[in-house]
Amino acid sequence: MSEESAGGTVKKFLYVNRKAPYGTIYALESLEVVLIGAAFEQDVSLAFLGDGVYQLAKGQDTKSLQVKNFSPTFGALEDYDVTKLYVEEEALQARGLSAADLVVPVEVVSTQRMAEIMEGQDVILSF
Amino acid sequence: MKFSILVNEGPYTHEASDTAYQFVKAALAKGHEIFRIFFYHDGVNNGTRLTVPPQDDRNIVKRWSELAAQHKLDLVVCIAAAQRRGLMDKSEAKRNGKDADNIAPGFRISGLGQLIEAGIQADRLVVFGA
Repeated sequence: MSEESAGGTVKKFLYVNRKAPYGTIYALESLEVVLIGAAFEQDVSLAFLGDGVYQLAKGQDTKSLQVKNFSPTFGALEDYDVTKLYVEEEALQARGLSAADLVVPVEVVSTQRMAEIMEGQDVILSF
Repeated sequence: MKFSILVNEGPYTHEASDTAYQFVKAALAKGHEIFRIFFYHDGVNNGTRLTVPPQDDRNIVKRWSELAAQHKLDLVVCIAAAQRRGLMDKSEAKRNGKDADNIAPGFRISGLGQLIEAGIQADRLVVFGA
Protein backbone atom coordinates (compact mmCIF):
# COMPACT_ATOMS: atom_id res chain seq x y z
CA MET A 1 0.00 0.00 0.00
CA SER A 2 2.85 2.37 0.74
CA GLU A 3 4.88 3.67 -2.16
CA GLU A 4 8.20 5.40 -2.65
CA SER A 5 8.20 8.93 -4.03
CA ALA A 6 10.99 11.39 -4.67
CA GLY A 7 10.53 12.74 -1.16
CA GLY A 8 10.64 9.32 0.53
CA THR A 9 8.00 6.87 1.65
CA VAL A 10 4.37 7.90 1.25
CA LYS A 11 1.95 6.00 3.45
CA LYS A 12 -1.80 6.12 3.79
CA PHE A 13 -2.57 7.74 7.15
CA LEU A 14 -6.10 7.66 8.57
CA TYR A 15 -7.03 9.75 11.60
CA VAL A 16 -10.09 8.26 13.31
CA ASN A 17 -12.09 10.73 15.37
CA ARG A 18 -14.54 9.09 17.73
CA LYS A 19 -15.08 11.62 20.48
CA ALA A 20 -17.22 14.73 20.93
CA PRO A 21 -15.31 18.00 20.35
CA TYR A 22 -15.54 19.19 23.96
CA GLY A 23 -15.61 17.39 27.28
CA THR A 24 -12.23 15.82 26.58
CA ILE A 25 -9.15 17.10 24.73
CA TYR A 26 -8.84 14.17 22.31
CA ALA A 27 -10.52 15.87 19.36
CA LEU A 28 -8.45 19.04 19.62
CA GLU A 29 -5.16 17.22 20.07
CA SER A 30 -6.05 14.88 17.19
CA LEU A 31 -6.46 17.88 14.92
CA GLU A 32 -3.06 19.16 16.08
CA VAL A 33 -1.50 15.89 14.87
CA VAL A 34 -3.26 16.26 11.50
CA LEU A 35 -1.90 19.80 11.05
CA ILE A 36 1.67 18.88 12.01
CA GLY A 37 1.48 15.67 9.99
CA ALA A 38 0.46 17.58 6.86
CA ALA A 39 4.08 18.80 6.53
CA PHE A 40 5.17 15.19 5.91
CA GLU A 41 3.31 14.91 2.59
CA GLN A 42 1.62 11.64 3.37
CA ASP A 43 -1.67 10.38 1.89
CA VAL A 44 -4.00 11.62 4.64
CA SER A 45 -7.67 10.86 5.34
CA LEU A 46 -9.90 11.67 8.30
CA ALA A 47 -12.74 9.51 9.56
CA PHE A 48 -15.51 10.61 11.91
CA LEU A 49 -17.39 7.93 13.81
CA GLY A 50 -19.84 7.93 16.68
CA ASP A 51 -19.83 11.17 18.70
CA GLY A 52 -16.85 12.23 16.56
CA VAL A 53 -19.34 13.55 13.98
CA TYR A 54 -20.20 16.37 16.41
CA GLN A 55 -16.70 17.79 15.80
CA LEU A 56 -17.92 18.89 12.35
CA ALA A 57 -21.30 20.25 13.41
CA LYS A 58 -22.13 23.81 12.35
CA GLY A 59 -22.96 26.50 14.87
CA GLN A 60 -20.70 25.49 17.73
CA ASP A 61 -20.68 28.10 20.49
CA THR A 62 -18.14 27.47 23.24
CA LYS A 63 -18.10 30.90 24.86
CA SER A 64 -19.67 29.80 28.12
CA LEU A 65 -17.35 26.76 28.26
CA GLN A 66 -14.35 29.09 28.07
CA VAL A 67 -12.64 26.78 25.60
CA LYS A 68 -11.69 27.56 22.03
CA ASN A 69 -14.13 26.61 19.27
CA PHE A 70 -11.74 24.84 16.92
CA SER A 71 -14.32 23.77 14.31
CA PRO A 72 -13.25 26.56 11.85
CA THR A 73 -9.87 24.80 11.60
CA PHE A 74 -11.53 21.97 9.66
CA GLY A 75 -12.26 24.54 6.96
CA ALA A 76 -8.52 25.23 6.66
CA LEU A 77 -7.57 21.58 6.09
CA GLU A 78 -7.95 22.03 2.35
CA ASP A 79 -4.98 24.43 2.44
CA TYR A 80 -2.95 21.56 3.88
CA ASP A 81 -4.07 19.25 1.04
CA VAL A 82 -6.20 17.26 3.47
CA THR A 83 -9.40 16.75 1.50
CA LYS A 84 -10.54 13.20 2.24
CA LEU A 85 -13.01 13.43 5.10
CA TYR A 86 -15.23 10.40 5.65
CA VAL A 87 -18.23 10.55 7.97
CA GLU A 88 -20.12 7.50 9.14
CA GLU A 89 -23.69 7.66 7.83
CA GLU A 90 -25.18 5.69 10.72
CA ALA A 91 -23.52 8.01 13.26
CA LEU A 92 -25.01 11.09 11.57
CA GLN A 93 -28.49 9.57 11.36
CA ALA A 94 -28.48 8.45 14.99
CA ARG A 95 -27.77 12.04 16.00
CA GLY A 96 -30.32 13.64 13.69
CA LEU A 97 -27.63 15.19 11.50
CA SER A 98 -26.95 15.23 7.77
CA ALA A 99 -24.06 16.40 5.59
CA ALA A 100 -25.80 19.80 5.33
CA ASP A 101 -25.27 20.32 9.09
CA LEU A 102 -21.48 20.04 8.81
CA VAL A 103 -18.88 22.84 8.50
CA VAL A 104 -17.02 21.27 5.56
CA PRO A 105 -17.85 19.09 2.55
CA VAL A 106 -17.45 15.42 3.46
CA GLU A 107 -18.08 12.02 1.99
CA VAL A 108 -20.83 10.27 3.94
CA VAL A 109 -20.17 6.53 3.96
CA SER A 110 -21.82 3.47 5.48
CA THR A 111 -20.20 1.63 8.38
CA GLN A 112 -19.44 -1.18 5.91
CA ARG A 113 -17.67 1.21 3.51
CA MET A 114 -15.81 2.78 6.47
CA ALA A 115 -14.45 -0.66 7.33
CA GLU A 116 -13.16 -1.01 3.77
CA ILE A 117 -11.52 2.42 3.95
CA MET A 118 -9.77 1.38 7.17
CA GLU A 119 -8.69 -1.89 5.59
CA GLY A 120 -6.85 0.06 2.88
CA GLN A 121 -4.69 2.15 5.26
CA ASP A 122 -1.06 1.79 6.33
CA VAL A 123 -1.27 3.79 9.58
CA ILE A 124 -4.41 4.36 11.64
CA LEU A 125 -4.29 6.88 14.47
CA SER A 126 -7.41 6.60 16.56
CA PHE A 127 -8.50 9.32 18.97
CA MET B 1 8.87 -6.70 12.60
CA LYS B 2 9.48 -3.05 13.39
CA PHE B 3 6.90 -1.53 15.75
CA SER B 4 6.11 2.01 16.83
CA ILE B 5 3.95 2.54 19.89
CA LEU B 6 1.57 5.37 20.79
CA VAL B 7 0.54 5.73 24.45
CA ASN B 8 -2.44 8.07 24.88
CA GLU B 9 -3.24 7.75 28.58
CA GLY B 10 -1.39 8.56 31.78
CA PRO B 11 -0.25 6.06 34.40
CA TYR B 12 -2.60 4.38 36.90
CA THR B 13 -5.96 5.90 35.85
CA HIS B 14 -5.97 3.84 32.65
CA GLU B 15 -4.44 0.47 31.89
CA ALA B 16 -3.17 1.71 28.50
CA SER B 17 0.39 2.39 29.69
CA ASP B 18 0.60 -1.01 31.46
CA THR B 19 -0.64 -2.80 28.35
CA ALA B 20 1.76 -0.90 26.11
CA TYR B 21 4.63 -1.81 28.46
CA GLN B 22 3.70 -5.50 28.43
CA PHE B 23 3.31 -5.41 24.64
CA VAL B 24 6.75 -3.82 24.18
CA LYS B 25 8.38 -6.32 26.54
CA ALA B 26 6.76 -9.25 24.74
CA ALA B 27 7.68 -7.88 21.31
CA LEU B 28 11.32 -7.41 22.34
CA ALA B 29 11.40 -10.92 23.83
CA LYS B 30 10.25 -12.27 20.46
CA GLY B 31 13.08 -10.44 18.72
CA HIS B 32 11.03 -7.59 17.24
CA GLU B 33 12.33 -4.06 16.97
CA ILE B 34 10.72 -1.07 18.69
CA PHE B 35 11.40 2.01 16.58
CA ARG B 36 9.90 4.51 19.01
CA ILE B 37 7.38 4.90 21.83
CA PHE B 38 5.49 8.17 21.62
CA PHE B 39 3.51 9.60 24.55
CA TYR B 40 0.57 11.87 23.74
CA HIS B 41 -2.49 13.40 25.49
CA ASP B 42 -2.27 12.50 29.23
CA GLY B 43 0.22 9.84 28.15
CA VAL B 44 2.93 12.46 28.70
CA ASN B 45 2.42 11.93 32.45
CA ASN B 46 4.16 8.57 32.08
CA GLY B 47 7.35 10.63 31.84
CA THR B 48 7.40 12.42 35.19
CA ARG B 49 10.06 11.22 37.62
CA LEU B 50 8.09 12.68 40.56
CA THR B 51 5.54 9.88 40.87
CA VAL B 52 5.69 8.00 44.18
CA PRO B 53 3.31 5.03 43.97
CA PRO B 54 2.71 2.84 47.05
CA GLN B 55 5.55 0.36 47.63
CA ASP B 56 3.37 -2.67 46.97
CA ASP B 57 2.31 -1.31 43.56
CA ARG B 58 4.17 -1.28 40.26
CA ASN B 59 6.19 1.84 39.47
CA ILE B 60 5.02 2.59 35.95
CA VAL B 61 7.39 5.48 35.24
CA LYS B 62 10.45 3.72 36.65
CA ARG B 63 9.53 0.61 34.70
CA TRP B 64 9.56 2.56 31.41
CA SER B 65 12.91 4.19 32.29
CA GLU B 66 14.48 0.84 33.10
CA LEU B 67 13.16 -0.82 29.95
CA ALA B 68 14.46 2.10 27.88
CA ALA B 69 17.94 1.81 29.42
CA GLN B 70 18.00 -1.95 28.97
CA HIS B 71 16.95 -1.93 25.30
CA LYS B 72 18.02 1.58 24.21
CA LEU B 73 14.39 2.50 23.53
CA ASP B 74 13.42 5.92 22.19
CA LEU B 75 10.76 7.30 24.58
CA VAL B 76 9.38 10.56 23.20
CA VAL B 77 7.00 12.88 25.02
CA CYS B 78 4.99 15.30 22.85
CA ILE B 79 6.12 18.85 23.58
CA ALA B 80 2.73 20.51 23.02
CA ALA B 81 0.90 17.99 25.22
CA ALA B 82 3.71 18.17 27.82
CA GLN B 83 3.59 21.96 28.05
CA ARG B 84 -0.15 21.86 28.73
CA ARG B 85 0.33 19.34 31.51
CA GLY B 86 3.50 20.57 33.22
CA LEU B 87 6.04 18.01 32.03
CA MET B 88 9.43 19.68 31.56
CA ASP B 89 13.05 18.89 30.90
CA LYS B 90 15.81 21.31 31.89
CA SER B 91 15.89 23.31 28.69
CA GLU B 92 12.08 23.57 28.46
CA ALA B 93 11.91 24.73 32.08
CA LYS B 94 14.51 27.38 31.38
CA ARG B 95 12.85 28.46 28.14
CA ASN B 96 9.48 28.86 29.88
CA GLY B 97 10.86 30.51 33.02
CA LYS B 98 9.96 27.62 35.33
CA ASP B 99 11.92 26.78 38.48
CA ALA B 100 11.95 23.00 38.10
CA ASP B 101 11.97 20.14 35.66
CA ASN B 102 10.48 16.69 36.15
CA ILE B 103 11.25 14.47 33.17
CA ALA B 104 12.24 10.90 34.03
CA PRO B 105 15.47 9.26 32.80
CA GLY B 106 15.24 7.77 29.32
CA PHE B 107 12.46 10.11 28.14
CA ARG B 108 12.97 13.04 25.78
CA ILE B 109 10.66 15.87 24.75
CA SER B 110 10.07 16.48 21.06
CA GLY B 111 7.45 17.42 18.49
CA LEU B 112 4.49 15.62 16.94
CA GLY B 113 6.56 15.12 13.80
CA GLN B 114 8.24 12.31 15.72
CA LEU B 115 4.89 10.50 15.86
CA ILE B 116 4.32 10.86 12.12
CA GLU B 117 7.88 9.68 11.44
CA ALA B 118 7.26 6.72 13.76
CA GLY B 119 4.24 5.81 11.63
CA ILE B 120 6.23 6.12 8.41
CA GLN B 121 9.28 4.17 9.58
CA ALA B 122 7.60 1.26 11.38
CA ASP B 123 5.85 -1.74 9.86
CA ARG B 124 3.07 -1.31 12.43
CA LEU B 125 2.02 1.59 14.65
CA VAL B 126 0.12 0.25 17.66
CA VAL B 127 -2.09 2.67 19.62
CA PHE B 128 -2.81 2.20 23.33
CA GLY B 129 -5.55 4.20 25.01
CA ALA B 130 -8.08 6.87 24.03
